[in-house]
Amino acid sequence: MSRKEYRTITDVKGPLVFLNKTEPVAFGEIVELRMNDGSIKNGQVLDTSDELVIVQVFEGTAGVDLSTGVKFMGDVFKLPVSDDLIGRILDGAGRPKDGGPEIVADEDADIIGAAINPYSRQSPHDFIQTGISAIDCCTTLVRGQKLPIFSASGLPHNDIALQIARQAKLKDSDQEFIVVFCAMGITSEEYNFFRSDLERTGALENAVLFVNLADDPAVERIITPRLALTAAEYLAFEKDYHVLVIYTDMTNYCDALRQIGAAREEVPGRRGYPGYMYTDLAMLYERAGIVKGKKGSITQFPILTMPGDDITHPIPDLSGYITEGQIVISRELHQAGIYPPINVLPSLSRLMGSCIGAKTTREDHKSVSDQMYAAYAQGRELRGLVAIVGEDALNERDKQLLDFSGVFEDKFLRQSRDEDRSIDETLDLCWTLMSDIDTKYLVRLDQKWIEKYHPDNRE
Amino acid sequence: MKNEGVIYRISGPVVTATGMEAGMYDVVRVGHEGLMGEVIELHGDKAVIQVYEDTSGIRPGEPVLNTRETLSVALGPGLLTQIYDGIQRPLATLEEVMGVFITRGVDADGFDMEKKWKFEATVSKGDEVVGGQVIGTVQETETIVHKIMVPPGKGGKVKSISTGDFNVTEDVCTLEDGTTMQMMQKWPVRTPRPYQQKYAPDTPLITGMRILDFLFPLAKGGAAGIPGPFGSGKTVTQQSLAKYSDAQIVVYIGCGERGNEMTEVLDEFPHLIDPNTGKPLMNRTVMIANTSNMPVAAREASVYTGITIAEYFRDMGYDVALMADSTSRWAEAMREISSRLEEMPGEEGYPAYLSSRIAEFYERAGRVQTLNGDDGSVTVIGAVSPPGGDISEPVSQGTLRIVKVFWGLDAGLARQRHFPAINWLSSYSLYPPSLDQWFRDEIGQDYPEIRTAISSLLQVEAELQEIVQLVGSDALPVDQQLTLEVARMIREYFLQQNGFHEVDAFCSVDLHYKMAKAILTFQESAKSAMAAGAELQDVVNVPARTELMRGRFESTYTEEIDGLLNKMNEEIAAAIEEN
Repeated sequence: MSRKEYRTITDVKGPLVFLNKTEPVAFGEIVELRMNDGSIKNGQVLDTSDELVIVQVFEGTAGVDLSTGVKFMGDVFKLPVSDDLIGRILDGAGRPKDGGPEIVADEDADIIGAAINPYSRQSPHDFIQTGISAIDCCTTLVRGQKLPIFSASGLPHNDIALQIARQAKLKDSDQEFIVVFCAMGITSEEYNFFRSDLERTGALENAVLFVNLADDPAVERIITPRLALTAAEYLAFEKDYHVLVIYTDMTNYCDALRQIGAAREEVPGRRGYPGYMYTDLAMLYERAGIVKGKKGSITQFPILTMPGDDITHPIPDLSGYITEGQIVISRELHQAGIYPPINVLPSLSRLMGSCIGAKTTREDHKSVSDQMYAAYAQGRELRGLVAIVGEDALNERDKQLLDFSGVFEDKFLRQSRDEDRSIDETLDLCWTLMSDIDTKYLVRLDQKWIEKYHPDNRE
Repeated sequence: MKNEGVIYRISGPVVTATGMEAGMYDVVRVGHEGLMGEVIELHGDKAVIQVYEDTSGIRPGEPVLNTRETLSVALGPGLLTQIYDGIQRPLATLEEVMGVFITRGVDADGFDMEKKWKFEATVSKGDEVVGGQVIGTVQETETIVHKIMVPPGKGGKVKSISTGDFNVTEDVCTLEDGTTMQMMQKWPVRTPRPYQQKYAPDTPLITGMRILDFLFPLAKGGAAGIPGPFGSGKTVTQQSLAKYSDAQIVVYIGCGERGNEMTEVLDEFPHLIDPNTGKPLMNRTVMIANTSNMPVAAREASVYTGITIAEYFRDMGYDVALMADSTSRWAEAMREISSRLEEMPGEEGYPAYLSSRIAEFYERAGRVQTLNGDDGSVTVIGAVSPPGGDISEPVSQGTLRIVKVFWGLDAGLARQRHFPAINWLSSYSLYPPSLDQWFRDEIGQDYPEIRTAISSLLQVEAELQEIVQLVGSDALPVDQQLTLEVARMIREYFLQQNGFHEVDAFCSVDLHYKMAKAILTFQESAKSAMAAGAELQDVVNVPARTELMRGRFESTYTEEIDGLLNKMNEEIAAAIEEN
């Protein structure tokens, strides 16, 4: 059916186009704008009434004038999905970017995605072994979790994300994840880094990439993660795959959100970000999980860079309220030459309790993790004290803890980019390192585990 | 009356309709799919509607139907054990109808309309009944008797009433004036249910958490705020309260929170046993789950749905505890709607009426004399999630102005794995003066004095810690070192509590009173031992003290604590001999 083309644009402002009276247009409807040179831009209806329609143009409004033709496509934004997505690279609006053919759709999926009924969710409880000791031991990842990486400019969050993507597996299982990678406003250099790494390891065959680069239209970033998650939902809940979604960088996404809010002259919330940013982010993050009766799952790894390393900035702050924990990357550790520079103290996995223990990881995991954390926290604190009073003023216990904090960073945190430690190796390493501390100071360790696992008792 | 209009404009969850007569808060059906909405503003012929479901794909020109009812909840037998979304649709029913994803345009009854309940009349033909009076009972769950009340505002002489099996919509009672009554009644959520009078609170709500019950007690009928940054354990604290508090009915509102966490609650609760009755906890619980990605307008309504249900059970004479996690998400929902309405914003973009809405909500808490003449209470415990953990923001401030108990969660404590991460220096409760008589009568005559002793020890510790930060603890005189040791004992033995441990998760008032006294006893014996020449290290390290402290994880601790205490005293006395 041919659709009517309107030439009733009255205003163009930033990424928004305002149109006068049209046919009744649906909220959220997809729009095509035909430029004078014949090229097509896409947009979506943000506000609709009998008199005025506001359209957000994904590719930016450069070249739009009052005579630009506007067509309403009669439906909301949909992504063609099928098995063929796997192994493909698409741009930020879902068009092939790898020179391959269009995706042959099994179905067209609404990209907004409906909320999962909390009653129909299944609690996540399958331990994912990432091979990174700091994560496996202290902020354990669970299948179906959303665990963001809070990083900052100049830190190796991409390496960590890739290492996780490469190494992530269920314990005692070779079942691999399908990686859905979603780039929002990253540089082409970063993108090439991701792509070549995925190619090198052969992971690209099991991945779907949605790529919006720094010089692509900012507004397009609003839909890129929605496309990626729609693909992920299809693969997980229709095709039974276990999907790992990595998106980077959420900060660029939020800035695009702010840009649209400003163009609409909305009342801004903190730091100019729109008041509905919490809900908006929740609509992305909450698309992780497992549902009853479906075999697949979606695990999310959003990466965000904290502006000015500030964890109270609205982006990490609102994310932290939605996601199930966070992995915090530390500049201090990075500068000390430690990879992966994960600061375990502010890091947290809220679902950890449900996936560790005798049945899944090992019986002593909780105890060991608590003790490692506590000893390291106290050791770190003592560093401040030592700076003032000197090491000689410390008692025996404090000296041991202080030394331990150094060993923790050097031996436990530090590992190479391709080192894949099993959970048993990680926990055994913990015991070895903790044996430098007198057992009587290890108050969080259960006596029965000391008897079973402490190196002194194992020979 | 013209009840049908057409859509004029759609902007996210806010829809404007024209050509329809409407009143404020009328419930309307929007579009061909009949999405549920509520009128929140009127401009001449235009009615502004907030829609409780996603509005994508709706067009101007589609019909809007005014139901002429305000947003109400259905109240009656069948409420307990239910899990609702924000507008009282049972999630289990939604799953049956829609599958695992929540689509839209589906209406669902709040509970089973067909199920027959055994109604037992408690009034007889010829009796005068008034609004709020109990006319019969239904054994709703093993532990809870549901009392059927005359809807407020109705009343008269009973013409007929019958005991027997009925469903909730069948007439069970007829008055002389022809009024019929069913077991189900409806009540508009934004209107508080009436009562005779409010009392001053005089009984504590026992939560089983030592730091709360002992240092910062909450009264039945009181209101408490729990602000804290993410990761500080708000949700765990709220859930622990829902599990262990000694309220007879619990209403838990998960407002704009995480789906997986909500699921954990939904999975876990049906398996939990009420420590007070030995029966499943769900038997006394109503849950409302509106996760952060469910429609924002329904999130705004969820808090009112919850408190109306709580008031209904209060009117039966029950003590009800309502947990709202998190009120910040509720406030944000208000902000989002307000900004779509293009209202003039107040602080941080929140609407100017934010603090009055918060106050109105907490004011629905209270201990009352019901219309039936019984005592009932609603205790409200609201979590607040301040951005960046900074409680100078409007939602925290609006909450603190109205609540009398402040349980301040502390990210620093959470990082040290000190749980519950409630900061003992910044938290407060204004209830002790009204509750102390209860504690003296029921627990121990010296209870308030013990509390004062413990909290001043913690104060002193905070001051000493500042010095220790500078010079190290060895530089302090021994008596101050002992004070630090005693304070450490308070923190590690008394304040810390493992919410996941089968025994430690719940601590009775009797036991925590004994534990607090044990700490003071240790301080006394250590002091006198040291005065007699014993070394601090020897006194502090007596093995029996560790036993005393570890013992709290054993189920027999209440019986054993006195023996352990004696043993510790003996060992401390022996430490004198050694020197």
